[in-house]
Amino acid sequence: MNITEDVVKNVAKLARLAVSEEDAQKLAPELSEIISYAQQLQEVDLTDVPPTSHSLSLVNVMRPDIPSAGLTREEALKNAPDSDGAEIRVPAVLDV
Amino acid sequence: MKVTMPTVKEVYNSLWRRETKPSDWAQRSLLAIRGMDKQIGAFLTVEEDQVMANARRLDDAKSNHRMFGVPFALKDNICTAGQKTTAASRILENYIPPYSATVYQRLLDQSAVLMGKTNLDEFAMGSSTENSAYQKTRNPYNLERVPGGSSGGSAAAVAAGMVPFALGSDTGGSIRQPAAYCGVVGLKPTYGRVSRYGLIAFASSLDQIGPFTRNVEDAAFVLQAISGHDPMDSTSAPMDVDDYVTHIGDSIKGLRVGVVTDAATDGLHPGVQEAVDKAVQVLAQAGAEVVEVSLPHSVYAVATYYLVAPAEASSNLARYDGVRYGRRAAGESLLEMYERTRSEGFGLEVKRRIMIGTYALSSGYYDAYYLRAQQMRTLIRRDYDEAFERCDVIVTPTAPTPAFRFGENSDPLEMYLNDLYTIPANLAGLPGISVPCGLVDGLPVGMQLVGKAFDEKTLLQVAHAYEKLRGFEMPQPEVTL
Repeated sequence: MNITEDVVKNVAKLARLAVSEEDAQKLAPELSEIISYAQQLQEVDLTDVPPTSHSLSLVNVMRPDIPSAGLTREEALKNAPDSDGAEIRVPAVLDV
Repeated sequence: MKVTMPTVKEVYNSLWRRETKPSDWAQRSLLAIRGMDKQIGAFLTVEEDQVMANARRLDDAKSNHRMFGVPFALKDNICTAGQKTTAASRILENYIPPYSATVYQRLLDQSAVLMGKTNLDEFAMGSSTENSAYQKTRNPYNLERVPGGSSGGSAAAVAAGMVPFALGSDTGGSIRQPAAYCGVVGLKPTYGRVSRYGLIAFASSLDQIGPFTRNVEDAAFVLQAISGHDPMDSTSAPMDVDDYVTHIGDSIKGLRVGVVTDAATDGLHPGVQEAVDKAVQVLAQAGAEVVEVSLPHSVYAVATYYLVAPAEASSNLARYDGVRYGRRAAGESLLEMYERTRSEGFGLEVKRRIMIGTYALSSGYYDAYYLRAQQMRTLIRRDYDEAFERCDVIVTPTAPTPAFRFGENSDPLEMYLNDLYTIPANLAGLPGISVPCGLVDGLPVGMQLVGKAFDEKTLLQVAHAYEKLRGFEMPQPEVTL
């Protein structure tokens, strides 16, 4: 399986990562090698085998809906990189 | 004089007899850390004043629990309210969690004393702790070698005698492999046995927290202290917790030990094989019945894991966007801010895995990779179900070789293949323990025992019987100033 530098850049974009030309050159053969290794799963007949997403068979775990205190505003904003003390500030999302 | 810490049991006994106070042990552990950690690099943070204040607060209290006054360390991907938790990543370099992980809270409730936070591969992604954004951790048995990973700091801290126990997390072997490399006991419980609340997520269907200790009995003490259902983790099992301690010394006569006939042997060091074969003989002498079992699909475990784990990681790590917490890099637009934040904040291995996961989940490849990996996971689990009809525990090496040198496994795939014996238990959700079974080229090697789901009791019993009868003590590593 050959993952080209273009594929690397496209996947990086999907994952919100900016990769440099240099990184893309390094990552392309590495990702190719890893995905090629994973190709061995194609050898096995997996028809009608159900997928396992989780080793415990718990479904729709519910708890009683009882309100409890969450973080205070101050606690919630404590780790925010940029805030005005009331809300988190981010670069403009809409062009105005 | 070199200061080291004894076992959990020795600390507990001394405190219970009131021969010592919690602050004496905290002081001693700090001295051990100060004396050795410049060489080892196991700890990312130790807040000495806070540690001593916490310990002194217990001095006048009465010992009421096995964990009372016992110093310990936590892998730095386990959240500690008010104390920095970095996951060894730049993206969380100043992150102070507003809440504590359940395992930490339980240990605090039982009056254990946190000494500090230990180094790891960034976001627990790696097998050598070389992927930490902050520092190298060295193997206490040989400073030129890695401690294993990703919980390398916790393994090294216990091996060197800086703390009697430490917690780590295991997604594909990250407790068991460093335990083997550092000559200590490492236990990954059954998926769901221990709450993951407050564990910084890597691959949520595989991650599990567990202890590093100097011996098997201590592992039972710690597991007892941290196990059980947690309403804050909906994947924690709503099941009673066995008594792991009382019958740990019971005879293993008649228990069946499975030896895998079709395990992959690529890259297996002959010395490791020999040590494990000897260990099986010890178990047979102890009265266990040795039977042959087959795990035909375990050869596909590494390929399966390196699709499932990165896929889950790519989703879990999407939260690090520089908005609500963690590092933020400036950008003109929101998109540019996201991309710069994540590119500057994540190391290369983390990016590599996010990209593999994104690729495996992307439209057009999902069925070929992710779905097939999940189907293979079913077959791997079925293999175990069949094997456990014929035996009670399954024995393999923990890792194919003893600890390697820094930089030796620079190819990512080579590094991944190192986890071939530990990964299957994560995919099947089963408990596994690594117990030291000898030295090869002067370096510790481990035997891995894998048990039935939620049967840590039998696992610990067999491991304990082996440890008692193996006929040697692991030599303490010499760490000098």
